[in-house]
Amino acid sequence: MAVYLLRRVVFLVVSLFLASVLLFLLLRLLPGDPANSLLSIGATPEQLAAARHQVGSDLPLPEQFVSWLGRLMTLDLGTSFVSTLPVGPEIASRLAVTVPLTLLSFLLAVVVALPVGFVAAYRSGTWYGSLLGGLSQLGIAVPAFWVGMLLITVFSLRLRVLPAGGFPRDDWADPADALTSLALPVVTIALVMSASLIRYVRSATLDVLGSDYLRTFRALGSSFTGAMWRHGLRNAAVPVVSILGIELATTFLGAVVVESVFALPGLGSMLIKGIAQHDYPVIQGVLFVSTLGVLVIGFLADLAQRIMDSRLRGTVSGNAR
Amino acid sequence: MKSKMASLVGATLMVALTLTACGSGSGSGNASSAGSESTSPTGSYDPNATIEIGSLYEPQNLDNTGGGGQGVTEAFNGNVYEGLFRLGDDGKVENLLAKDYKVSPDGLTYTFTLRDGVTFHSGDPLTSADVKYSIEKVLAKDSQSARKSSFAGVKSITTPDDSTVTVKLATKSISFVYNLSYVWIINDQAKNLTTSEDGTGPYKLGTWKRGSSLSLDLFAGYWGTPPTNKGVVFHYFTEATALNNALLTNAVDIVTSEQSPDALAQFSGNEDYKVNNGHSTTKLLLAFNDRVKPFDNALVRKAVTSAIDNRKLLTSIWGDYGTLIGSMVPPTDPWYEDLTTVNPYDVELAKKQLSEAGYANGFGFTLDTPNYDPHPTAATFIKSELAKVGITVTINVITADEWYTKVFKDHDFAATLQEHVNDRDVVWYGNPDFYWGYDNPEVTKLVNQAEQSDTTDEQAALLKKANQQIAADAASDWLYLYPQIVVASSSLSGYPLNGLNSQFYAYTIKKS
Repeated sequence: MAVYLLRRVVFLVVSLFLASVLLFLLLRLLPGDPANSLLSIGATPEQLAAARHQVGSDLPLPEQFVSWLGRLMTLDLGTSFVSTLPVGPEIASRLAVTVPLTLLSFLLAVVVALPVGFVAAYRSGTWYGSLLGGLSQLGIAVPAFWVGMLLITVFSLRLRVLPAGGFPRDDWADPADALTSLALPVVTIALVMSASLIRYVRSATLDVLGSDYLRTFRALGSSFTGAMWRHGLRNAAVPVVSILGIELATTFLGAVVVESVFALPGLGSMLIKGIAQHDYPVIQGVLFVSTLGVLVIGFLADLAQRIMDSRLRGTVSGNAR
Repeated sequence: MKSKMASLVGATLMVALTLTACGSGSGSGNASSAGSESTSPTGSYDPNATIEIGSLYEPQNLDNTGGGGQGVTEAFNGNVYEGLFRLGDDGKVENLLAKDYKVSPDGLTYTFTLRDGVTFHSGDPLTSADVKYSIEKVLAKDSQSARKSSFAGVKSITTPDDSTVTVKLATKSISFVYNLSYVWIINDQAKNLTTSEDGTGPYKLGTWKRGSSLSLDLFAGYWGTPPTNKGVVFHYFTEATALNNALLTNAVDIVTSEQSPDALAQFSGNEDYKVNNGHSTTKLLLAFNDRVKPFDNALVRKAVTSAIDNRKLLTSIWGDYGTLIGSMVPPTDPWYEDLTTVNPYDVELAKKQLSEAGYANGFGFTLDTPNYDPHPTAATFIKSELAKVGITVTINVITADEWYTKVFKDHDFAATLQEHVNDRDVVWYGNPDFYWGYDNPEVTKLVNQAEQSDTTDEQAALLKKANQQIAADAASDWLYLYPQIVVASSSLSGYPLNGLNSQFYAYTIKKS
């Protein structure tokens, strides 16, 4: 297990490094000059030169790269070209919105999807089993921003029970206030996400229900509930957990769109702003942190699977299944 | 599992980079216009009300000489920082921190006397040294002030005593006082102006929560008339729909500038809201590269202008809002006159002019089009209009960033669409090096003479002549003037309607 953990940490660091290199280079392949975002029509050549100097786009590419990498080594994500403020603290403050948003959505989706998916599989022959399956299919096809707009129309504009967007100015000082602001965004993400989760839970459960070992157990006199409890759920959980990892990472990324619909000051809106302004340190910083988040989630999902399934625990490399 | 996670990481990067490639700025520069503040319907108001303002323009930083963008002008100009002069919402320049000023007979020396009893938010009194520091900050080498080039003629600034500032100019500049209305007077001891401030305005900075809101609190030591509200909070949105939802749910009281024409219907038919149709100074231009064939021929430019039905374009985008101008000058500039008939919409005339110019069978050109609204729509419209006279348009969609490098800097284009937001910017036609390359020595002479005028009347007369000439030459096609639409709750009054150059004076806003 220790060797496995070490291997995973090395994998994480190497992946992060490669991602950051790729990110740096691809951003620089794009046309245009980040200095332009500081200028207005009518700027003098002198101002242009000053702007290029300010953002460092007058330096040769290797020099820019070494300086970005050097700072990264000391966990410094650099300073924004546009605001001239450090990127790290701003990301931290944005995470105070994005992380709760992601986790709450994820939890809600799981809480909904597990029983619904199970029922959809166990009662697949009945009309409501089919209905649940059909609804989840529909949910997968619906884009999150559309769901968000629909919820705003109903709950904010018509019923006036929840805010249409925004986040308290004092963040989490009043948790009830903050949670109220997050209610609709969380439901939006959870709805879309649970739809696809239900599909996975349903098919994993169907696999287990049709398995030989379950039939054997029942033949040996175990009740259905007992058999399911002792072996079925556990076996169904393994593929589901792996999917959960991917889903959680997807939620994190999907928050980008939803944050913009609900005017939430999270990581996603920071990224969009950074992109609009060609603010490389902001783009790099946000994507670096997002990549880290995705990798860590993957690692945790892998670990959870391994703990649940003794067959995986035995392998040393962590690659074999 | 691992490969899926790896591909997800890859997908993150790809999505982000695709977004980056398509990403665009929200245009450039400052918006502007002139007019008057909304009148107060009733005398009674709540002096303890906080005004919640919704806007799409969050400051990039809090220093307008460091590329702060239009958002910092909107929130800070006049509210937090004050100039020697104030540009009213009607476009008139009044004394503010300057009590008085004198101009030498040769027009080269300006002597300003400062108002007494003015203190900065930090408690420091205002002195002439602060004024000198503030003007020099605009002129500094690393200044990103949009106004920098208008102060090129400043030769020296001296401070004979604490309340007197003397500025010597190299050449006469009738616009000098007007230009000073854009220069914030900042405490020369102030530190870290990108995140904090030290101005003399009626409000001081409360909290700025990046990506979300910025609050302005009353400054108890203000020298002038105190605000009619207890403070204001700017709420920032990246999406017009989210902004409109905030107004509909009373999360904000007023929207500084409505950019979504389709959303107006839900407010204009509702007595809880007031939709104000003010004058902007933002012009949508089809700018030709006047240096290159075939647009080096004025007849071709006139033909293209006459072939496009600007009225139809404006109506399709803004409905009943907005104005046709026919030149670079909006109604709020002192040298405005109606020139919409100089190059009228007339397809037959366009065909005739084209054959006179030797293009009886038309020609083709590429139109560099910024990728954000309304440019792609306008480009498509222009393409179909010009097809009627045999001109083939190839639309090339580019980002704001590419526009800046390709069109503005390198002049590598045939024609382009762009919005020009500032007031009094007809003078760019006097600069043959400007991106559109319009070079008429007569106009250059008029523009220079106008700046050297002894009186503003003389200046206005000369710039009128210049404007008539650029219209006659169809230097560009001025498609239309944007409306400035402020939507507010009916309980609000006293807010600015025209938002000249994005300024938004909040201290006269009343909430009942």
